[in-house]
Amino acid sequence: MNIAPKSSFVLSRRQLLGMEGLSREDITGLLDLAEEFVELNRQVEKKRASLRGRTQINLFFEASTRTQASFELAGKRLGADVMNMSVHSSSMRKGETLIDTAITLNAMHPDIIVVRHHASGAVELLARKVDCAVINAGDGSHEHPTQALLDAATIRRNKGRIEGLTIAICGDILHSRVARSDIMLFNTMGARVRVVAPSTLLPPGVERFGVEVARDMREGLNGADIVMMLRLQRERMNGSYVPSVSEYFHYYGLDERKLSYAKPDALVMHPGPMNRGVEIDSIVADSAQSLIREQVEMGVAVRMAVLEAMSRNLPNA
Amino acid sequence: MTMILSDRRPILLANARIVDPSRDLDFPGDLLIANGVIREAKKGIGAAGVPEGTDVIDCRGKVVAPGLVDMRAFIGEPGAASRETFATASQAAAAGGVTTIICQPDTSPAIDDPATVDYVLRRARDTAIVHVHPMAAITKGLEGREMTEIGLLKAAGAVAFTDGDKSVVNAQVMRRALTYGGDFDALIVHHTEDPDLIGDGVMNEGEFAARLGLLGIPKAAETVMLERDIRLVGLTGGRYHAASVTCTESLEVLRRAKDAGLAITAAASINHITLNENDVGPYRTFLKVTPPLRDEDDRRQLVASLADGLIDVVMSDHNPQDVETKRLPFSEAAPGAIGLETMLSAGLRLVHSGELDLTKLLHAMSTRPAELLGLPGGLLRPGSPADVIVLDVDMPWVLDPNELKSKCKNTPFDEARLTGRVVRTIVAGRTVYEYV
Repeated sequence: MNIAPKSSFVLSRRQLLGMEGLSREDITGLLDLAEEFVELNRQVEKKRASLRGRTQINLFFEASTRTQASFELAGKRLGADVMNMSVHSSSMRKGETLIDTAITLNAMHPDIIVVRHHASGAVELLARKVDCAVINAGDGSHEHPTQALLDAATIRRNKGRIEGLTIAICGDILHSRVARSDIMLFNTMGARVRVVAPSTLLPPGVERFGVEVARDMREGLNGADIVMMLRLQRERMNGSYVPSVSEYFHYYGLDERKLSYAKPDALVMHPGPMNRGVEIDSIVADSAQSLIREQVEMGVAVRMAVLEAMSRNLPNA
Repeated sequence: MTMILSDRRPILLANARIVDPSRDLDFPGDLLIANGVIREAKKGIGAAGVPEGTDVIDCRGKVVAPGLVDMRAFIGEPGAASRETFATASQAAAAGGVTTIICQPDTSPAIDDPATVDYVLRRARDTAIVHVHPMAAITKGLEGREMTEIGLLKAAGAVAFTDGDKSVVNAQVMRRALTYGGDFDALIVHHTEDPDLIGDGVMNEGEFAARLGLLGIPKAAETVMLERDIRLVGLTGGRYHAASVTCTESLEVLRRAKDAGLAITAAASINHITLNENDVGPYRTFLKVTPPLRDEDDRRQLVASLADGLIDVVMSDHNPQDVETKRLPFSEAAPGAIGLETMLSAGLRLVHSGELDLTKLLHAMSTRPAELLGLPGGLLRPGSPADVIVLDVDMPWVLDPNELKSKCKNTPFDEARLTGRVVRTIVAGRTVYEYV
């Protein structure tokens, strides 16, 4: 056990708040490190000691199953003491502000705080008030950097590269933190990025994000190597942003017919949790072209890579 | 008794640059104040020509101008004294050169009946060091449904009618308020933002909001409501004032209405003429205001419209918010910024950058709002009330929020470098603030 990864990559920043500002070298360094953890995670003995003695708090202001589980496993496999806090059941309800919570936790001397919050910018606000490392596990509609990294890791394993690929991101771009982080990462890595959605689900000004914009799946998926579907949340359906689930599925749901507009070897992704029959058809989701399960596996490896690379930059490391 | 007398000694502001925007005058001279009234403003009164016991204040290199009349400020009384009181607001006002505060009715309870107007006037008289006049609500409880007692409220001392930062969505209610208010020559001041178009938006819609992952508020939310109002003014002949316009599209609408001869005036806030959406930067909640800060193009158009008179008034939109309502994620934070104390210094940025001349700026902050509200201030004519400021236009300073007199420190000019500040404020002939 405890075979050290060959990569000695250090993420020399105290916080990972978003993909914004991450260089191509940073991303490649993290993806290389993640590759090594994929192998480690497939062994019986998965435990390493690089975070031994470190305290990691997963502070989730918004319910999450896979991201929280993934960060918990990642921390534990690296030897950290991991504490999960779901704040929607705790003192925030009693009127304690986000900043009070940050100050309280900071006094307990954690080494790493992983934060998810329903409001854009909330993780940055919290990060300003604590001394430890902070990782954004999703803030509102802003960013979700580890999701973008795991998407990149999954694509790289299957296509051997990201540069030069055509990646179509489809669905609720307006409210999606995954879309924002993915767009930034894929652009940094030299992919050609498209967003495909009805105009009501596109943020005004999105054309200045360095993406091609399509309102039609045939046009948007044409020649795509990767089709990334986004979740459409219940409250956006039924009249507020789109008229109905059936109309949305008819025009934007990924089924075999629409997938045929993409390249024959196109691969399908989804950050989860999926709404089968809303944005994606079960046959496509479970097909051989789908990478959705692999994304979950990559999630643990990428989060281990982020924790490892950031911990190498912690005091006394 | 002697105390009061010495307080009210005549004052000669000597060797100043006298700027009276009401008469477009800008000349070197002296200004004499006695018995709470401006006696004369002319060249060469000199120390010899003043009554015995006059305080002669040398104002060499400084500007003497009418005190500012701030047409839109939220004060926490009644109901939110922890945010601001008449006492603290008036101290902030005095330090910023504001000699008349027009307070907003979106208090708790709302200023929507004559007894509350009376309470506000008495409370202000007893605790404030500058003049305070309230606006009253257009609709009872600011609910947008039933008209308030416009006649009685006006008689009690309400200088205009507004539902604060809420729009009267029901066009029929607005029509009736304009029609009925017209009989009393009441000024209807309206915040024009369609709440449905605002939706969950928290900042100006566009690329910048999209990048921050924040939902945007389209400019159309403002323009749609303004267009509607202008149709209603045309229908009713009421007196109407757009409380806070922020974008180029609204300016076009305004220009058409004014060209058509309608009785319409408009204000812009100091925030919208000096800041833009990029100042929000990394989710700075002190820059969250309503309507939201727009883009730089809009800001430039607002300033140009101020210069050519399309925009009548610049106001502070003073809105104290404390830590509990501001130290939150951007989308959850309350909108609003304080401004009484900084409005003139911030506005001087435009003068120093050459975008606006000093007389125009002072006209929009004093003469014009006084005219619209029928108040006696905003000018330096002999015989008018001695609400006067002395201004060092070139003094550089850095804003330290801890030195602000407002109870809340939510200033968008936190740590800003400013040039020019008020060094003396005189209200009714008495010095209420002196910068030392």
